[in-house]
Amino acid sequence: MISLVVNSQKHTVDVTPDTPLLWVIRERINLTGTKYGCGIAQCGACTVHIDGKAERSCQIPVKDAEGKKITTIEGIPENHPIKTAWIADDVPQCGYCHSGQIMSAIALLNEKPQPTDADIDNFMSGNICRCGTYQRIRHAIHRAAAVMAEGGTK
Amino acid sequence: MTEIIKISRQDFIKTSAVLGGGLVLGLHLPERESLAETAAQPTTPILPNAFVHIGSDDIVTIIVNKSEMGQGVYTSLPMLVAEELECDWRAVHVEAAPVDPVYNHTQWGAQGTGGSTSVRTEWDRLSKVGTAAREMLIAAAAETWSVDKASCRAQNGLVIHTSGKSLTYGQLAEKASGMPAPESVQLKDPSEYRLVGKPTKRLDTPEKTNGKAVFGIDINIPRMLVAVVARPPVFGGKVKSFKSEKAKEVPGVKEVVQIEPGVAVVATNFWAATSGREALEIVWDDGPNAGLSTTGMREQYASLAKTAGAVARKEGDPEQTLTKAAKQIAAEYEVPYLAHATMEPLNCTIDLKPDSCEIWTGTQFQTGDRNAAAQIVGLKSEQVKVHTTFLGGGYGRRANPHSDFVVMAAHVAKAVKKPVKVMWTREDDMKGGYYRPMWYDRLAAGLDADGNPVAWRHTIVGQSIMAGTPFEAMGIKNGIDGASVEGAAEIPYAIPNILVDLHSPKIGVPVQWWRSVGHSHTAFVVESFIDELANAAGKDPYEFRRKLLTAHPRNRGVLELAATKAGWDKPLPQGHARGIAVHESFGSFIAQVAEVSVNPAGNVRVHKVVCAVDCGRVVNPDTIAAQMESGIVYGLSAALYGAITLKDGKVQQDNFDSYEVVRISEMPEVETHIVQSNEKPGGIGEPGVPPIAPAVCNAVFALTGKRIRSLPIRAEELRTA
Ligand code: FES
Ligand code: FES
Repeated sequence: MISLVVNSQKHTVDVTPDTPLLWVIRERINLTGTKYGCGIAQCGACTVHIDGKAERSCQIPVKDAEGKKITTIEGIPENHPIKTAWIADDVPQCGYCHSGQIMSAIALLNEKPQPTDADIDNFMSGNICRCGTYQRIRHAIHRAAAVMAEGGTK
Repeated sequence: MTEIIKISRQDFIKTSAVLGGGLVLGLHLPERESLAETAAQPTTPILPNAFVHIGSDDIVTIIVNKSEMGQGVYTSLPMLVAEELECDWRAVHVEAAPVDPVYNHTQWGAQGTGGSTSVRTEWDRLSKVGTAAREMLIAAAAETWSVDKASCRAQNGLVIHTSGKSLTYGQLAEKASGMPAPESVQLKDPSEYRLVGKPTKRLDTPEKTNGKAVFGIDINIPRMLVAVVARPPVFGGKVKSFKSEKAKEVPGVKEVVQIEPGVAVVATNFWAATSGREALEIVWDDGPNAGLSTTGMREQYASLAKTAGAVARKEGDPEQTLTKAAKQIAAEYEVPYLAHATMEPLNCTIDLKPDSCEIWTGTQFQTGDRNAAAQIVGLKSEQVKVHTTFLGGGYGRRANPHSDFVVMAAHVAKAVKKPVKVMWTREDDMKGGYYRPMWYDRLAAGLDADGNPVAWRHTIVGQSIMAGTPFEAMGIKNGIDGASVEGAAEIPYAIPNILVDLHSPKIGVPVQWWRSVGHSHTAFVVESFIDELANAAGKDPYEFRRKLLTAHPRNRGVLELAATKAGWDKPLPQGHARGIAVHESFGSFIAQVAEVSVNPAGNVRVHKVVCAVDCGRVVNPDTIAAQMESGIVYGLSAALYGAITLKDGKVQQDNFDSYEVVRISEMPEVETHIVQSNEKPGGIGEPGVPPIAPAVCNAVFALTGKRIRSLPIRAEELRTA
């Protein structure tokens, strides 16, 4: 039995300890916003926050996440400036990569509240979007950063 | 696939009259199952009730018969209905259509999404659907008030009488559903549009930013198991023998079964299924394709290209003119197999019962998938239901002519007799075939003494996509698969003597349409070679094209617009250069100007792309810009990185580390300019792809003097330090 805290809720799951956190979140806790794209830390679709840091959940054996604070896309408030910026810029196309994009973007803004394009490129390069929404991602991150600088909800 | 057949007004009126429009505006959603009965009636191309439902709560539900894979159809198609319906746009909800002939593609005789046809084929039908519903609402209000219909108008979800009184659509819905369908409908003049043509927010964005959008991979039904399938490492291979003891020892593994394409491991969860699969011991019979290799195929293609193929276009006497031309230019081009690599790997969930079968999947080809599944599980097509989820990217891959990912799931479901989700790992997806074909091209052209092209000869070698599919008879004429030569046979440039011919070798690698199909290859070849001619003629590549496009104002229009907006004549920073390309596909015309630099290691950086698009009448300009950005990134990934290669019959790439794609750090600034036009609508999901590779390669030539004739671009060829 492994106990996990996901989006401030405690879950106890009976899984093989080396199961990647991604699959426990998706299949046992039934939070399917976090996506599978590659399984080898190449695409970022599975990005969640562990103790506030962006991590690839496909790479983390569930046993290593025990006792840590895990946040998934479902745990991000609807009025988070990143989410509202994403909507304002109509960023998603197929949308499959965007849970991961948003989780990475929030982690970026936590680290660098006013990122430059180069900061965005560096931080977000681990998140692939096959639909090519990168230009809008960049724009929406700047938009959210501006809102947050003005004291918008974080 | 690019020709649009107009739905005749006659047909529409007939149908509406026959069906009486009785269900157009019910209080409840019509039972989807009952649609199968109505559909059984002969020739029912239009059935308004199948597309619009208005509830007493004023919610307008628009049932969309196209798959949403990012291209925005869950917004653009409802816009067409809402424009004529005059409903409140904020009250519009979208629902995916079930499989039913009433939702068939207007040309394909089957339900499907592809060929950049959704807006083009649905514009008329959905406009008429919206108009008919509006007229019935007005009729219901007029009857309620005992006034003349002419004294009532519809606006923003209300029917308003000249006296000022009004009723909401929801209040009128029940009565309206009993009104006769109008005998004829008058569509708005485009100048009256208030929604169509205006930048409009996508309806699906909120659920795509909070994790709630449901993709096929997210389906979870009671008692569902998860399966992965070990498939032959060589296309066409078979299982010789296998041992499953170790796989069965993996906790969570329930069953190991041999099915048609390989061995399925069925488990309670994904990790158990894949761990079980790793523990399988399988001896494969590699079959006839064991010796396939990219290098071998390349040799075969190159020698084929030296011989005459099936003629796709011939004008004048190209051979004679060529030999007599003042200057002759010859070149060979090649492009590799490409994987679609949709962000969501393929998957399909099936709940098979003795007399029914339900399928949940992100598909572009509902009818084909349903029929294929029915055949495998031994049911009638009507007993099989398909639920179309959101698609985590399609790009053509999810319209498989053999329904491969549904068929495989059906085999597993039949074997395990329990609800099962059959998943593909990224590796399964990338190695699973159905690639954009590999192509080899041999070209020659002649210039007269003034540098005008007088002859053009183009021999194309590559697999036919249509061959061996249900579309073969439709797609292959006189030995020519239209998809193999599209964009090459109909080059728009004024050249009096032209020969385009084709070889379609049969190779054991499964191929399929890949975003923009033949154009992804032909635009690269044609637009690069025309650049070579401009250079040989000592002319500016933009002016050279422009002069040859006098008879093609729309090609020329976007060419000029892109060049102007990019400042074609304006100086650039040291070490930067521009390249240009123009191409028509799917009824739309696109020109792109790319600005590039190359570092000493030979890596190409694309800084900016200015894109001009003429796609006729526009539904949502913001979607057009988004699709241009999208197509440019998709095509750039292919130009810079994309290659699926084979050795000893095996695919050598398996994930995003060996099959790289463009990331945000390589994203050029994209600027899109839309030509205002009243021409009939063109496609938009695919046409942004073809011009980018040649625009970039032409810029590389302008900068370095090195002509890229083989994709992807190799840094070794451009290295200077
Ligand atoms: S699924 Fe984890 S990085 Fe791709
Ligand atoms: S929106 Fe489709 S992969 Fe990013």
